[in-house]
Amino acid sequence: MSAATLEPRVHVGRNYLNADYGWKSWLFTLDHKRIALLYLVSITFFFIIGGSFAVLMRINLVEPQGAIVQPETYNKLFTLHGIVMIFFFLIPSIPAVLGNFLVPLMVGARDLAFPKLNLLSWYIYMAGGMFTLYSAIAGGVDTGWTFYTPYSSTYSNTQVTAVAIGVFITGFSSILTGLNFIVTIHKMRAPGLTWFRLPLFLWSMYATSVIMVLGTPVLAITIFLLALEHLFHVGIFSPALGGDPLLFQHLFWFYSHPAVYIMILPAMGVVSEIIACFARKRIFGYKIVAFSSVAIAVLGFLVWGHHMFVTGQSVYAGLIFSMLSFLVAIPSAIKVFNWTSTLYKGSISYEAPMLYALGFIGLFTMGGLTGLFLASLATDVHLNGTYFIVAHFHYIMVGGAVMGYLGGIHFWWPKISGRKYPNAWASLAAAIIFIGFNLTFFPQFILGYLGMPRRYAFYPAEFQVLNVMSSAGATVLGVGYLIPLIYLIWSMRYGPIAEPNPWGATGLEWKTSSPPPTENFAEIPVVREEAYAYAAEEAAGD
Amino acid sequence: MQTLPFQPEQASTIARSVDHLYFFLTAITLFFTALIFSVIFYFMIKYRRRSPDERPKAIEGSLPLEVLWTAIPTLIVAVIFVWSSTLYFRNSEPPKGSLEIFVTGKQWMWKAEHPEGQREINELHVPLGRPVKLTMTSEDVIHDFYVPAFRVKKDVLPGRYTSLWFEPTKLGRFHLFCAQYCGAFHAGMIGSIIVQEPDEYERWLAGGTPGESVEQAGEKVFQQSGCSTCHVAGGTGLAPSLLGVYGQAVHLTTGETVMADDAYVRESILLPRAKVVLGYKPIMPSFQGQLSEEQLNDVIAYIRALGQSQPKPKEEGKQ
Repeated sequence: MSAATLEPRVHVGRNYLNADYGWKSWLFTLDHKRIALLYLVSITFFFIIGGSFAVLMRINLVEPQGAIVQPETYNKLFTLHGIVMIFFFLIPSIPAVLGNFLVPLMVGARDLAFPKLNLLSWYIYMAGGMFTLYSAIAGGVDTGWTFYTPYSSTYSNTQVTAVAIGVFITGFSSILTGLNFIVTIHKMRAPGLTWFRLPLFLWSMYATSVIMVLGTPVLAITIFLLALEHLFHVGIFSPALGGDPLLFQHLFWFYSHPAVYIMILPAMGVVSEIIACFARKRIFGYKIVAFSSVAIAVLGFLVWGHHMFVTGQSVYAGLIFSMLSFLVAIPSAIKVFNWTSTLYKGSISYEAPMLYALGFIGLFTMGGLTGLFLASLATDVHLNGTYFIVAHFHYIMVGGAVMGYLGGIHFWWPKISGRKYPNAWASLAAAIIFIGFNLTFFPQFILGYLGMPRRYAFYPAEFQVLNVMSSAGATVLGVGYLIPLIYLIWSMRYGPIAEPNPWGATGLEWKTSSPPPTENFAEIPVVREEAYAYAAEEAAGD
Repeated sequence: MQTLPFQPEQASTIARSVDHLYFFLTAITLFFTALIFSVIFYFMIKYRRRSPDERPKAIEGSLPLEVLWTAIPTLIVAVIFVWSSTLYFRNSEPPKGSLEIFVTGKQWMWKAEHPEGQREINELHVPLGRPVKLTMTSEDVIHDFYVPAFRVKKDVLPGRYTSLWFEPTKLGRFHLFCAQYCGAFHAGMIGSIIVQEPDEYERWLAGGTPGESVEQAGEKVFQQSGCSTCHVAGGTGLAPSLLGVYGQAVHLTTGETVMADDAYVRESILLPRAKVVLGYKPIMPSFQGQLSEEQLNDVIAYIRALGQSQPKPKEEGKQ
């Protein structure tokens, strides 16, 4: 690696965390790393809120008649669980926390292209989040996170408009973040850092940003139309007003299916970094993995109709959407094969981040394969709208995206905080989360196949055993999520000081001190090697 | 007909074929999950780090392998696509001569109306071994008619008709669920499909309140709502005669031609100015909000009957 970047010790003592003190230095910061921490705190807050809703739901479903809450309350719980987890946790999780922290470091820049826009995006996010929380307290919303019309626009008498405005506002935060990343990756790469030398995390951030910028406006328009109908009775979606009841679903899924890839692509990027580091191997088939991210981003926009196979859409539309949905499975499969092959003849060690990454591969594989059941028309007819769907997307979004996010947090935590956490606790937590996750969601595949519909506040008694199993698993999962919260906070004060590169990883972010100085690098680094140069001969000059 | 543990009952002609595909997909899932897990475990053990300074040689990748593991999944999904689409396609059209029942969903109940006029709520009696076609609509929000044991499901939409069909192969009582979230008591919008021997079904039909048939009910609505004032047989009224119209092409003022089917007749009642028959003025009032979905269904059934009973002389349409 270039000599210019190898003097981290020069900065010991001064870093982005202690460069300035006081609440103003945080709330008005333009430093991408501090903004990342603002996001980290905010999304953790929303994760805890969204998680609490899930806990109440799982308790309620222990008894067939509903153990603790009335159906109206249950409906609000699953709606807010979905809205909070998707719009306020999963979508911003990796991009806004790890992306914000790492994109400038990985490209060898001092900040993102537009630092003020970056801070603005956090304020927009918080404004949207507070709006949504306010409406949750002021009566809640019971439409499901999907806001299907005409129930949401005409029949629900809950806070639909307030929540819709909250989600609408937050969308702009996504758009600004995406824009910032795209410009930064295009224009601010360090000398020598060509496209095919980029870490795969940046490729997936780039693909994600494109989806954010192209998809989110459609969500904004859809929500705007929904509010228009809800408030002023303009006939758009409600047949009673002359609207089309299915138009909303087309518009909604045109954004919301690609949004699934906003959640999973960043996790794939994180996993590529971790696997390469802990196997000390260049990612097998680097270019193929990079292009498969782009392929997923593009194909992701063409498959929304698979959410609508049973709406009475034409048989031919169904065939086309089915075929395109199968196609999007292929780049995902290619990624899994390449990650697995990266381990071949590697030098593998099993610190906590690696356990999360391997857990990701396992759960994402199961989530992806069960997606085939839903892309396939004949089986989707039976499984659509049941717990099978719930299980499938939790394998992707919790088993995949959250495992990836936690893996990333553990991998870059020494860089972010300058401290190390106890690896034994972290490994234990990873194992508990993996087991708890499967105990919670595997029974739901069976429930779905047996025919239990989702979003049921109470249910026929024959489904009880599997529901109790799922709720029991959720307890284990909940404990698994609490442990990292404790030791990571503990480590900020008591953890051993982290060296600049504790994992022996490649990548520019490891060439600066931990935590990095405000300006990231004393001098802008020059890149003279490929990504993931872990091999002996390549590292020789280091 | 033995079902496995964790398998829902198979009680329709298509259930078994859907399950075969389901098992195939399960096998694919298990195979690849096991494959990936065991390869990862094998590599984890075999290539574990033995010394901290270990620096394995770089491997760039392998084009033949990439081609191989692009081709194999592509081939597999192609097989699944063809299999599932063929099955879906075959199951999409109800067989001729199906028993036709009209179903209305509303918050939070299912209403059914048999051709002979019997009505029931949250129960649907059907005969064994005969295809049943449901024409469905909703009076309020989107619902979804789901019978797990039959492996059938279809959204029930306000303002339009959807349909599904099934042929029961087992006697008994089966769950009917609403599978599209529809508000506070969505979970309570459940009912039963009761499959009976054909003669038992006939007795059940006869035993119900011996009311009028759907067409008779429709004729009554037709008279009471004032339709008959303008829609006079013979075409001498302010509006076209409805004899022999159903199922035929209708010429519009715009020069277009449409098929007079359920959707067209429904639209003409609710939004009469959307499509005006050539030679007539757009004077018909809308009946939106004045007729319930069941009354609408009755009138449409009546108009359907008018269409079939008296074929229309061709020259009448050309004014």
